[in-house]
Amino acid sequence: MLAATLAPFVLAVFAPFVRRRVGDSAGWVLAVLPAGLTLYFAQFLGPVASGETFVFATEWVPALGISLSFYVDGLSLLFALLISFIGTFIVLYAGAYLKGHADLGRFFMFILMFMGSMLGLVLSDNVVTLFVFWELTSITSFLLIGFNHDKPRSRRAALQALVVTGGGGLALLAGLLLMAQIGGSMELSTLLANGDVLREHPWYLAVLILVLAGAFTKSAQVPFHFWLPNAMEAPTPVSAYLHSATMVKAGVYLLARMNPGLGGTEIWQIILMSFGGVTLLVGAILALRNTDLKLMLAQTTVASLGLLVFLMGIGEDYAIEAAMAYLFAHSMFKGALFMVAGSVDHGTGTRELGRLSGLGRVMPFTATAAGLAALSMSGLPPFFGFIAKEWVYKGTLDGSLPLILTAVAITGNALMFAVAFLVGFKPFFGEPGDTPHKPHEGSLGLWVGALTLAVLSLFFGLFSGFAETYFVGPAAVAVAGIPLAVDLYLWGGFKAPVVASIITVALGAFFFWQSGRLSAWLARVIDALWGPDKGYDQFMDGMIGLARWVTDVLQTGYLRRYMLVTFLTLAAVLVLPQVSLSDGFVLKTPPFDPLVWAIGLLAVVGTLAIPFTRSRLAAIMLMGVLGLSVAFVFLLFGAPDLAFTQLMVETLSVVILALVIARLPVFGTDWRGKPRFVGDAVVAALIGGAMAYLLLSITATPLDLTLSEFFSARSYTEAYGRNIVNVILVDFRALDTLGEIAVVAIAGVAVLGLLAFRHIDRASDDKTGSTS
Amino acid sequence: MNSLILRTAVPALVGLMLLFSIYVLLRGHNEPGGGFIGGLIGASAFAIYTIAEGLASARRALIVPPITIAGVGLLFAALSGVVSLFFGDAFLTGQWWFPAFNPDLKYLSTVVLFDIGVYLVVVGAIVGIAFALEERE
Amino acid sequence: METVLALLVGLLFAISAYLLLSSSLIRLILGVFVLGNATHLMIFVLGRLTRESPPLIQYGLKAAEPGIANPLPQALILTAIVISFSLFAFLLVLSYRAYQSLDTINTDEMRVAEPEPAGTLLRGRDV
Repeated sequence: MLAATLAPFVLAVFAPFVRRRVGDSAGWVLAVLPAGLTLYFAQFLGPVASGETFVFATEWVPALGISLSFYVDGLSLLFALLISFIGTFIVLYAGAYLKGHADLGRFFMFILMFMGSMLGLVLSDNVVTLFVFWELTSITSFLLIGFNHDKPRSRRAALQALVVTGGGGLALLAGLLLMAQIGGSMELSTLLANGDVLREHPWYLAVLILVLAGAFTKSAQVPFHFWLPNAMEAPTPVSAYLHSATMVKAGVYLLARMNPGLGGTEIWQIILMSFGGVTLLVGAILALRNTDLKLMLAQTTVASLGLLVFLMGIGEDYAIEAAMAYLFAHSMFKGALFMVAGSVDHGTGTRELGRLSGLGRVMPFTATAAGLAALSMSGLPPFFGFIAKEWVYKGTLDGSLPLILTAVAITGNALMFAVAFLVGFKPFFGEPGDTPHKPHEGSLGLWVGALTLAVLSLFFGLFSGFAETYFVGPAAVAVAGIPLAVDLYLWGGFKAPVVASIITVALGAFFFWQSGRLSAWLARVIDALWGPDKGYDQFMDGMIGLARWVTDVLQTGYLRRYMLVTFLTLAAVLVLPQVSLSDGFVLKTPPFDPLVWAIGLLAVVGTLAIPFTRSRLAAIMLMGVLGLSVAFVFLLFGAPDLAFTQLMVETLSVVILALVIARLPVFGTDWRGKPRFVGDAVVAALIGGAMAYLLLSITATPLDLTLSEFFSARSYTEAYGRNIVNVILVDFRALDTLGEIAVVAIAGVAVLGLLAFRHIDRASDDKTGSTS
Repeated sequence: MNSLILRTAVPALVGLMLLFSIYVLLRGHNEPGGGFIGGLIGASAFAIYTIAEGLASARRALIVPPITIAGVGLLFAALSGVVSLFFGDAFLTGQWWFPAFNPDLKYLSTVVLFDIGVYLVVVGAIVGIAFALEERE
Repeated sequence: METVLALLVGLLFAISAYLLLSSSLIRLILGVFVLGNATHLMIFVLGRLTRESPPLIQYGLKAAEPGIANPLPQALILTAIVISFSLFAFLLVLSYRAYQSLDTINTDEMRVAEPEPAGTLLRGRDV
């Protein structure tokens, strides 16, 4: 299973070489892998249909409980098969669509990487692995959307998709980790088996919101729906793959996967139904507003995703079955229609609905695929789309507000019915239109995928038992988390869902008839409105403005300003917790120890004099006084090693200080006016006070001596040394010391480097002829 | 620096200081001392020599450039840690040699070698900096 | 005794902060020197103070007698002293070199990397 998931990544590395060696037919070679994966996953169909599940685990980061574990049940298997099966045709299609493109090899690389990420995402059992693959799909989709990277629109769309879905992914990570914390396991299969623990936990709402943020951004729910139509800048194979069947469904997959653990509560139902319902209507209306084939399909995808979320929100048995059936149907017809739109674009040079007509005669295979897929999308019998739609109505009629829910579903479906006919039939009938170049049918690779998927839509409609046993049934069982009796059929008698279907068709036919007028009217109304797409731009501009403001404030170029910011931050960090959290402490009156007082006085006087001195010699001497007093303190309190070292360092410091200061100009002033003097003095007093207070409050609490006692006890018995300080340095913590002497050596090297620069300086001075 | 007293005293003083620095280095395991302190004393000895006899003469006396001494010391310290790898211990675990003639001499070990590396780094780096500062335009 | 030294450490930090806020390179150098000593002393005080019993194990004993000074902060400070000294020396050479190249010890006038006025490079719309 691990090999199956990683195989696309491995092949991705070699894809450019394959392309270079084999040329434009590389697609046929590379498609062997997804085809093989399809067969590999297909062997699980039988066992999973009979109720088995499989877990494959490999350790990855055992210390953090992260494993590469994969879980195969009805849901993940359905997705894995869709990904690999549709992926096979997409690779073929891409080979034909981008024939002769200079970067075709790179394109194959990206799409195979995406395939691997998507497989990993749907098969992952471990929450961290799931997140990693989730973000990998965002990153690979960024690369794919921005494939035409020389176009600014592509770059913007790619970045937008990455910001929206990647941002959602981060929220998802937080949600998943909270879940793991609550449930005490990193494995989804374990977590979801105890759904009540999650649902009854006080953090449930936080988990839910975070997970939904991930799912809604990925699956383009309102108000995050804007990135999906923009992503149509990608080459059509990408749209057909990522933006119909796979990546955008990852959010729906996540909801379905989480349903046994997080679903079923009132808040879940309310959020999902309202967001899903709004998305359904918004997407469907926007689809009718557009006249570009790909954009229309993209907007109906938004609508379909809304419908799926809406159904997950209803959460009754029929709704879940409907979600899985509709998801299955949608992947087939929408994948096919996207490929058709690409073929039409490829064959005519335009995707503008108004300019396309009469293509049926010249593009027979594409037209057949388009017609079949459109019939399934519009939900007419005997296509699988019809069964899915019937189940949608069964689901809405089962819900808590049957009339409203059904009305929403009917409106959305009717609009999609109209779009299906506009995309699937209108370009292929009537007189030949006026297209940029003479229409022609594409090569085999351009239509074989669309036709296969379209025919399958019909096949599964006619033989619904097959879909029920192997695909929809096991998936629905996995989503519900409890056994369900799934029984799909085309005709169940003249009942309420059939009535709803008839209304849908009638309404849809009306919308189709009036589509031209509606589209123009919608365009006028909608384009004037503020939309989240504009909001995205405002948000990004705001971020850049904020960054610029922060830079201007902090990055002034004045060293003293940097110092000031640093010290003020330090003072705030030190003072605020003390003020708000400290319980106060008892100040111990120190015993009168004349030696200590004398040394302290020496240090105080020496230090206090430093800022006021105007003479270099005095400054150097005061440094010496300070260093010496500190050495005395060390000597007095049982640290002969330190005192010794301090004395040596003091001596050397004073010597080199004298060497350098003697060569610097006299420092009479430090350019500090009266106001700055007062301000700096206040900051300095704040820092000093905070430090003293911190030290006093810490020394008033007991000290944990575990480590010191550990070293004292073992210094001789284990390291044969009587000087504990030295033993710590060279034996117990020798690695630290190694790092520290490395720093000392680097300081030496750096000084040499400065000297080397001096010669360069001189050389450049000589060239410019200046004197120094 | 043209002080007769200093120039007369320096050879003896520097020799004594170097000797003392090695003594401090070696006794550090059981009594106050060690590589850091020893290194500082050694560096001071060379600093005094430089002040008295001049930079050129100090460079000659040192034979190799000071930064080389620091590099060798660093390498020495790191290599002393590698020894333990051959005995199946982690990097920098102390290895001890209890010679047959005096099993109670708990002194000869990679730990002392490490301390010598510390000494060399401190001497090399500080003498290097001192030389750099002494170098007049 | 900790109280006396804690107040001393506070004073040292205050003086070093005041010196570091200056624009004069020489005062900055002095500030770094004071800051180093303040920090060493702070770590020392944090490990608590014990009069005149260094952390040594007497000959003939296998473990230290109770009541010795805390060895751990001493080990930390020992390396800290040497490192802060080498960095201090580096800072000195760097300051001297900066003075040689720029002919000033006023940090406000050292603007090779960020020319005056600040932010003009960033203020344009198209960065």
